[in-house]
Amino acid sequence: MKQTLFLLTLLALTISACAPAPSIGAITPPYVDTGIDPESWALVPAGSFPYGQHDHITDVNHDYEMMVTTVTNEQYARFLNEALAAGVIRVGEVEVETGEQVWVEVGAHGFYPGDPYDGYKHEEEIKPGDKLFVPTEADGVRIMFDGTKFASIPEYRNHPVTMVTWFGANAYCEYYDWRLPTEIEWEKAARGTELVNGRGLPFPWGTHIEGKNANYYSSFDLFEKMFGKLGNTTPVGFFNGRTYDGYETLDSASPYGLYDMAGNVWQWTGDDYPKQHYRHMRGGSFYSYEVDLRVWKFNSAGPQHYSPQVGFRCAR
Amino acid sequence: MQFVKNRLDYLFRSTRGLTLVAIAVVSLITAIFGTLSGPMVEWGIKDISVRLLGMKLVEAEREGRIIMLYHTIAMTIVAIEVYFMTEILPMKRHEQVIINGTMTVGYLTAVVFGLLFAYWGHAFVFHGLFLLGQSLVFFAGILLCAALGPWKKEYRLEKDSPYAHTKSGINLERMAFFVMAISMLLSATFGAVTGSYWGNGHETFLGEDLIRNPYKTDLQKAIIGHLHIMLTLIAIAITLIVGRWLKFKGILHRIAMPLMIWGTITITIGALSVVWVEWAHTIIYVGSVGVMLAALMFVIYSWDMLIKEGTADIEKPSGWQKFKALLSDPIKFGPGWQMVFMNFTVSGVGIFMAVKLTEIFRVWPHREERIILTGHWHILASLIATIILFYFADLSGLKGKARKWFGWTVIIMSNLAFGSVTVFSMKRLFVTEAEQQSIVNWLMLFTDIGLAMVLVALAVFMIWRLYDLLQAKGYWMQEYNAERKSSAQAEIEEQKRKLKELEETLKEVEK
Repeated sequence: MKQTLFLLTLLALTISACAPAPSIGAITPPYVDTGIDPESWALVPAGSFPYGQHDHITDVNHDYEMMVTTVTNEQYARFLNEALAAGVIRVGEVEVETGEQVWVEVGAHGFYPGDPYDGYKHEEEIKPGDKLFVPTEADGVRIMFDGTKFASIPEYRNHPVTMVTWFGANAYCEYYDWRLPTEIEWEKAARGTELVNGRGLPFPWGTHIEGKNANYYSSFDLFEKMFGKLGNTTPVGFFNGRTYDGYETLDSASPYGLYDMAGNVWQWTGDDYPKQHYRHMRGGSFYSYEVDLRVWKFNSAGPQHYSPQVGFRCAR
Repeated sequence: MQFVKNRLDYLFRSTRGLTLVAIAVVSLITAIFGTLSGPMVEWGIKDISVRLLGMKLVEAEREGRIIMLYHTIAMTIVAIEVYFMTEILPMKRHEQVIINGTMTVGYLTAVVFGLLFAYWGHAFVFHGLFLLGQSLVFFAGILLCAALGPWKKEYRLEKDSPYAHTKSGINLERMAFFVMAISMLLSATFGAVTGSYWGNGHETFLGEDLIRNPYKTDLQKAIIGHLHIMLTLIAIAITLIVGRWLKFKGILHRIAMPLMIWGTITITIGALSVVWVEWAHTIIYVGSVGVMLAALMFVIYSWDMLIKEGTADIEKPSGWQKFKALLSDPIKFGPGWQMVFMNFTVSGVGIFMAVKLTEIFRVWPHREERIILTGHWHILASLIATIILFYFADLSGLKGKARKWFGWTVIIMSNLAFGSVTVFSMKRLFVTEAEQQSIVNWLMLFTDIGLAMVLVALAVFMIWRLYDLLQAKGYWMQEYNAERKSSAQAEIEEQKRKLKELEETLKEVEK
């Protein structure tokens, strides 16, 4: 009897501890203005910097600019409308191919010229053809298409655009004569050139991380109250030292003034590595533990991949 | 003073005492360093531990810290397995004493200075002492191989022995232990040679981070081969040990042991050839078949034995009675069950992944694949740990309700945790990222509950052993006396044998 009672209590505690968690699409958060202009750019001057976990001093022999924030839903919706009007993209069904699998998705799509193919073990061939840029009917999309026009969900308009494939990110940057940053450019923009005790910065703002610096798994930011531990995206430039509704943030810009270079969303980078063609992502996301927010950590996926935790920014 | 001396004698001069110390060391490492990751970070425990213990954690050194932590735990587990081997396998008393002594000094030196180096600033004196500790563990391994010497006359079996043997009487089980130990020394050498390039062409990395990189250096491949084969050999060792504990014998034993020997050699060759051979994986798969079949023979034998023993007094037992008999002793049922469970959570997942790599897993982001890989070997390592606990619980004379509660808690809760981790790692097969929150919450909760309960069971067990150790005539005293008695008897036999040998030498000289 005692054993049964004990087991029942344990079961009750377990169930009560597990209140149903909302999916990302189930709740719309309030609009929060961060005061950071997503149209602004920051200059990263030429010069060497400590690259990677082991701080290899690497030279970047050109000046370049990077977007201060990741591209927002509003910006991407604007691009889709312009590109649709210009005939650069189409909307509807498109075949998505990943190695041995082919399936059909519905969304905005456009042409990509393909990658060189070496026939290496596990190498995925990226053929020329129409590629999905962003789905319109998948869980977690925040840009809606009414048959003629794209529009962001209003409350999410200054959140990073997500659910964009690498093709879609690349197309955005190229449409405006920009490009995706290389991994080296991305990392330099994130950590700068400073050495602390002989080592480069592990985070854009310094050597330590806490919940007020960035949006990551269980960082207890404002949006985790609504969406649970896994959280949701925060508006771009959210961690800039402002206080929102009593929630205080630390100014967590990179040495060049870029925001969200750690956490919020993984960011596509532009390199195509031969013999694999996985595209690398940097920065970590709101799903990531803080260790994945260290500036040298990367994620990778095929260019057809899209996710609620992947976005991008451009370089020029 | 005598109080302390008696206990130190037990803890450091008896197999069970040494094992108890080693389990306590692993428990302490887990308790302290487990606070630096997972939910402990979320709850703020990590910050408290770092502050209280004065740790110096540099972000760029995290991977290196983890590697040192793995090594210290692995050294301790290897020490436990060696203690078991020196007790269950016939060998001379002085061999047992030297092996255990060297191993103990070695692993404790490696643990203490390895962790000091990794977590309290990089003082290279500590790194040197860590290497010294590992060298001593290696030397203990050489001594173990010499002591095992399966071809020695005194260890040969009679022709009608129920244990696997060759025509000339060589004990194939002892040969399997010997081959495993030799393979471990070779594989450790492989890791040591590669490690010597650290800071001179080799940079710290975690294998799971490189998985998609088509350009791996020879040093990286060597490390990946090393880490895989070491864990595999630790698993092979515990399989052989529990086989000895449960008196694995008969026809299944005769089939299993040659398979185990052949499988061990093949897997080792496969894992170490990863540096040079493109198709090394095929060699590993072939070797795995031998080892896994041998483990299957053990599972069949041990469960059949449990059923037979549990229904010995029933003339014609029904299926239900057989089932009850099988589950009557969780401590003896556990090792076989965990090996079967391993197939669902480790081997099965691994094979599924290999078959569907391009079609499914390489379509997922690297982080998802990484979760599977880290889950895969954490589960394997933890299941091995639970099997060690079952054996030690039996050695500790756990009886009655305590035996059942401990056994079933470890089985059910570890299975809950590792089953949840497996489903978590495969979640992308059935839920999208946008919809995953609820399922992730549930799985994390089950994992945390499962692991917490296993750790609570272990903590209760260790507290009981600590309480017992403080008693004047505790169970430890019985264990110690029993071991002293058997050692003394073995020593007498050894002296008799030695005397006989000397007398024969004298006779021969006088002729």
